[in-house]
Amino acid sequence: MDDLSDLYQDIILGHNKRPHHYGELNPHTHEAEGYNPLCGDRLCIQVREKDGSLEAAGFTGEGCAISKASASIMTDAVKGLDREGVAKKIGEVLELLTGREEPVVDLMEQGDIAALAGVRKFPPRVKCATLAWHTLAAALSEEPRSVSTE
Amino acid sequence: MTSSFPIDRIRADFPILSRTIHGKPLVYLDNGATSQKPRAVIDAVSRFFSEENSNIHRGVHYLSMQATDAYDRARERIAEAIGVAAAREVVFVRGATEAVNLVAHGLAERFQPGDEILLTVMEHHANLVPWQILAQKRGVILRHAPLTPEGEIDMEAFAALCGPKTRLAAFTHVSNALGTVNPVVKMTRLAKQCGALVLIDGAQAVPHFPLRIAELGCDFYLFSGHKVFGPDGIGVLWGKWDELKSLPPYQSGGDMIERVHLTHSTFREPPERFEAGTPHISGAIGLAAAFDYLEGVGWEAMHAFEQELLAYATERVGNLGGIRIIGQAREKVGVLSFTLATAHPHDIGTILDTEGVAIRAGHHCAQPLMEFLGLPGTARASFAFYNTREEVDRLVQALEKVKRYFD
Repeated sequence: MDDLSDLYQDIILGHNKRPHHYGELNPHTHEAEGYNPLCGDRLCIQVREKDGSLEAAGFTGEGCAISKASASIMTDAVKGLDREGVAKKIGEVLELLTGREEPVVDLMEQGDIAALAGVRKFPPRVKCATLAWHTLAAALSEEPRSVSTE
Repeated sequence: MTSSFPIDRIRADFPILSRTIHGKPLVYLDNGATSQKPRAVIDAVSRFFSEENSNIHRGVHYLSMQATDAYDRARERIAEAIGVAAAREVVFVRGATEAVNLVAHGLAERFQPGDEILLTVMEHHANLVPWQILAQKRGVILRHAPLTPEGEIDMEAFAALCGPKTRLAAFTHVSNALGTVNPVVKMTRLAKQCGALVLIDGAQAVPHFPLRIAELGCDFYLFSGHKVFGPDGIGVLWGKWDELKSLPPYQSGGDMIERVHLTHSTFREPPERFEAGTPHISGAIGLAAAFDYLEGVGWEAMHAFEQELLAYATERVGNLGGIRIIGQAREKVGVLSFTLATAHPHDIGTILDTEGVAIRAGHHCAQPLMEFLGLPGTARASFAFYNTREEVDRLVQALEKVKRYFD
């Protein structure tokens, strides 16, 4: 596979075309807006926390295939996790995308998240992939606020 | 295509055009962001540093006099090239953005609460944000002329927005995102009838067609050097002498003063009043060299060549399925903005890059325009006179690749 096919894997293109959990999540307990001022991508992440774990996550907004697919994959990946699990997952994905070391991706464990690793070869696009995850972290923080990936 | 236009020779004048990107010949279609530099400009800057470098307006030594001469000659050369009578009306600035800020800063005290500034929705952020800050400080009301569906200024609306409270009209000569050439003479006349000052942002106009700025009727006109095949970090603010003279200093320090006492100072006349500190000497020299080069190529021939290229690109790209061309004004420069039904502009930009095709994707620093058009952004191919039909074909092939991924 060339770099471009690594970036636009079928998994990414599928999530872009038919994003999971796209739309307002009602009711929700936490939300935050993420914005990339340089390119104009804008995502709103909403989650519903119940008995200490995320019962559901959803997103709205507009952005490129990478930012949409990443948000879509995230809403699948964090469902059912407790706070610690979510924080760990966010950390893993950010490490996968921005870590110095070439990541070793466990397909079995990471599922569709593994498809995001192709973004590493396209530095200008890394912020597209991290936007949803930073926004989720902001939504669950003490003081939810809008985040910016610049 | 104009067969007499010596495109091969011209391309050879631009060293960067022969490089490859990802193993493919570079197709540089991001001229709206910045233009490439001909050897003549690179050599002029390099020659200055190799042979004449010194500070200006200071030393009594030979080199300093040579550098001062070169800097002054650059100003005269540029004044002549842009069609203004007096070199003293040409202020060197960092770029168009600084020029707008300089004027906004200088005019601020004149505005009263309730005064109006007339802008358009197609403005670049550089010609919006400085006025917003002024408006907030002074209680000024900002008005924005809307566009027609083709991406032209709605002139009826523009005329209706010119009123007795309009103290300033500031608008772009050419839209960076749409390529629209605005009827600036008519717009200037309308604004002047209301007694308003007129500022024109020429950043996207100067690289594309010959200009006689003094004939436009405006009070201020400005542009960036790097978009007109010159160095970055240098630009021009032209102002009518009386208007320039009425503006207070923008930055202060050395070179802009007449006499400095411990507690107060007097300031020089324009242009020096607005050029505090050591200016971008090599930039001014490089920009003058760019105008020399462009005159050598011939403005009329360049413009005609680029217009044919735009027509060809509009047809070829427009015929691809799912493409929507954004901006279909009757008069345009070589800017082709478009969206693809299935792919976001950034995805288009990334895939084109892997084919060596450089375009701009996004909101083009014109977010209010994108909002007005109801678009998150566009992909923009912007042409210069060194681009070719073959490069348009490469753009089309690369867009077909985008469609293979996304359709």
